[in-house]
Amino acid sequence: MNEPLLSVRNLRVEFPTRRGILTALDGVSFDIAAGEILGVVGESGAGKSITGAAIIGLLEPPGRIAGGEIRLKGERIDNLPADGLRRIRGKRISMVFQDPLTALNPLFRIGEQLSETIQLHTGMKPAAARERAVALLTDVGIPAASRRIDAYPHQFSGGMRQRVVLALALAADPELIIADEPTTALDVSVQAQIIGLMKRLCREHRVAIMLITHDMGVIAETADRVAVMYAGRIAEIGPARDVIKNAHHPYTQGLMGAIPTLVAAAGRLTQIPGTMPRLDAIPKGCAFNPRCPHTFARCVVERPELLQAERSRAACWLHAKAAI
Amino acid sequence: MIAHLVRSMLQGALVILTVGLIAFSMFRFVGDPVATLAGQEATDADRAELTERLGLNDPFPVQFARFLGHAAQGDFGISYRQARPVADLLAERLPATLELAVLSALFAFVFGVVFGVYAAINRRGVVANAIMVVSLIGVSLPTFLIGIGLIYLFAVTLGWLPSFGRGDVVRIGWWTTGLLTESGRKSLVLPVLTLGFFQLTLIMRLVRAEMLETLRAEYVRFARARGLPERRILFRHALRNTMIPVITIVGLQLGSVIAFAIVTESVFQWPGLGALFVNAVQFVDIPVMAAYLMFVAFVFAVVNFMTDLVYVTIDPRLKS
Repeated sequence: MNEPLLSVRNLRVEFPTRRGILTALDGVSFDIAAGEILGVVGESGAGKSITGAAIIGLLEPPGRIAGGEIRLKGERIDNLPADGLRRIRGKRISMVFQDPLTALNPLFRIGEQLSETIQLHTGMKPAAARERAVALLTDVGIPAASRRIDAYPHQFSGGMRQRVVLALALAADPELIIADEPTTALDVSVQAQIIGLMKRLCREHRVAIMLITHDMGVIAETADRVAVMYAGRIAEIGPARDVIKNAHHPYTQGLMGAIPTLVAAAGRLTQIPGTMPRLDAIPKGCAFNPRCPHTFARCVVERPELLQAERSRAACWLHAKAAI
Repeated sequence: MIAHLVRSMLQGALVILTVGLIAFSMFRFVGDPVATLAGQEATDADRAELTERLGLNDPFPVQFARFLGHAAQGDFGISYRQARPVADLLAERLPATLELAVLSALFAFVFGVVFGVYAAINRRGVVANAIMVVSLIGVSLPTFLIGIGLIYLFAVTLGWLPSFGRGDVVRIGWWTTGLLTESGRKSLVLPVLTLGFFQLTLIMRLVRAEMLETLRAEYVRFARARGLPERRILFRHALRNTMIPVITIVGLQLGSVIAFAIVTESVFQWPGLGALFVNAVQFVDIPVMAAYLMFVAFVFAVVNFMTDLVYVTIDPRLKS
C-alpha cells in the first residue's frame, strides 16, 4: 500500500463533564486507502460514530480531540481552523447519516439542497449545478430525476431519500465518504439496494467509504477491511474475510459467535457475558479483560497494542506470545 | 391545501357564530331593553307597541338570525349612552387601535426574532443571558405596571414623551393617523412599547427555544457535513424551520394585541376601541359591548386564517 488516503494515529477524544473527563476514544489508529471500503463495527457506545465525527470535525461540544493526528493524503486536518475544516467537509470528505427521513431539510426542494452544495464546492453557475444535480440523482438511481429534482423530501420514500442523501454526499466528488449506519433505519430489502448502490459508487467514483455499522452481514457483503471497536479502542483490524472467518481477538470471536446462521441452526447463540464498560469505568490493562475467557495476568496490568496476527492485527496479548 | 384552508375558514365562521350568540344573549340577561328605552312615563300599550316594533316577540332563533344579519351588514344598533350608531363609534375608534396594535406587533416580532436568534446562537454569552433575564421581567410584569413605569421615566422624570393621548392626527378619508405629525409619532412611542413588550419577550423566548431545538436537528448536522457556511446554515436552513411554530403563536398574539389593547389604552388614555369598551362596560351600554365582542371574534378569525395562509406558503408538506 502506498500513501493512505486517510491516516488516523493515536486519536484520543475526550468529553469534559462535571464529574471529570470521559475518554471516548483512546489511541485509535487506522488507515483507509483510496477507493477502499473500511467497515467499522462494534456495540453501541464503542466509539464508531465518534471516530467518524472526529475525522470530519463535527464532534458535538464539549467533545474534543485531545491527542493524536488525522491526515488526509499526508496533510494534517485535525488541527485546522474551523473554516479550513469546513472547506474540506462535503468537498473532500462527506458524511451520510443513519436516518434519511431527518437528514434532509423538509422546507427545501432536493434540487435546491443539491445545487447549493454543488455551487458552494465547485463554483458552478446555477444552471450547470442543476444539470449536475440531475446527473447525480440519475446516478444514485432516482427515476425521472429531471422531474423529481423539484420535489420536496417528504415526497420520497425512506430508501429514495437515502439515495438523495448519497447524491448530496457525492455532490463535489469527495475522496472519502463516512457512512454512519446508512442502512440501519431502512427496510431489509431497501438495505440491500443501498448497499449495492454504495459498492457501485465506490467503484465508479473511486471514492473510499468508511462504513460504520453494527450489522456484520452488511460488512461481509461490502467491506474490504474491517475494524472492530470496543470501549473506544480498536480491538482488531484486518481484511474482512479474515476478521469474519478467522477472528483473532476474543471479543471479535464472541461477536461472530453471536451471529445467527441457517447452517448452524440448532442450539443457542453464544453470547459474550457481561456488558461493555462505561466510559468512566474502563478497566486497567485490556478493556475487555473482565469479559474475556482467556484473561491472564498481563491483561489486567498492561494495555495491548495492535499486534500482528496472521493477516490481521489484534489488540490482544495472546498474540504477543505467538510473535516472540 | 384547499381543503385545509376551507376547514380553517369554517372554524373561523364557527367562532364568530358562537361569540355572536354570547354577545346576543347579553341583551336578554342584562336588564330589559324595553324598560330602558321606553322610560317611566310609558303606558302598557306603549311598551307592547315598542316590544313588537323591536321584534322582541319573535322566537329566539329568529331574533338571533336578525341580529347576525344586521351585524353582517355592519349594523350593531344604537348606543344606549351616546345615542349614535355603534358602527360609527367603532369606525371612529378603529384607526387608533389598529395603528397602535400593528406597530406593537411589528415591534414585538422584529425585535423578538432578532433577540431570540441571537440568544440561541450565543447561548452561553453574557449579552444573551442578560437578554434572557430582562425577558423574564417582561413575561412576569403586568402590562399596566410597565406602562406606568415608562410614563414615570420618560414623561414625568425626563419629560421627553407625552404621557397620554394620540397627539395631533391627520385625517385621510375616514382613517386618522398619528404617524404624519411629530406629536403623533411621539405619542405612539410609549403605548407601542408597553403593548409590545410582553409579546416581544414571549416571541423572543419562543424563537430561542425553537431555534435551539432546530439546531439539534439531523438536517442541520448534515448541512454542516456538506460544508455549508455557518451563516447559511443558521439563517437559511435553521431559521426557516424555526419560524413554523413561531408563526402560529405570533398569529394568535397579533389577534390578542388588537383585541386586548384595553389595558394599555386605559393607562395612556388612548382614544381607541379598548377605551370605548371600558366606558361601555361602566354604563352597561350593551350594543357597544356586543359589537366589540363581535369585532374581537372577527379579528381572531381573520388573523387565524391569515396565519394558515402563511403556513401553507412556507411549509411544503401542507400542500400535498
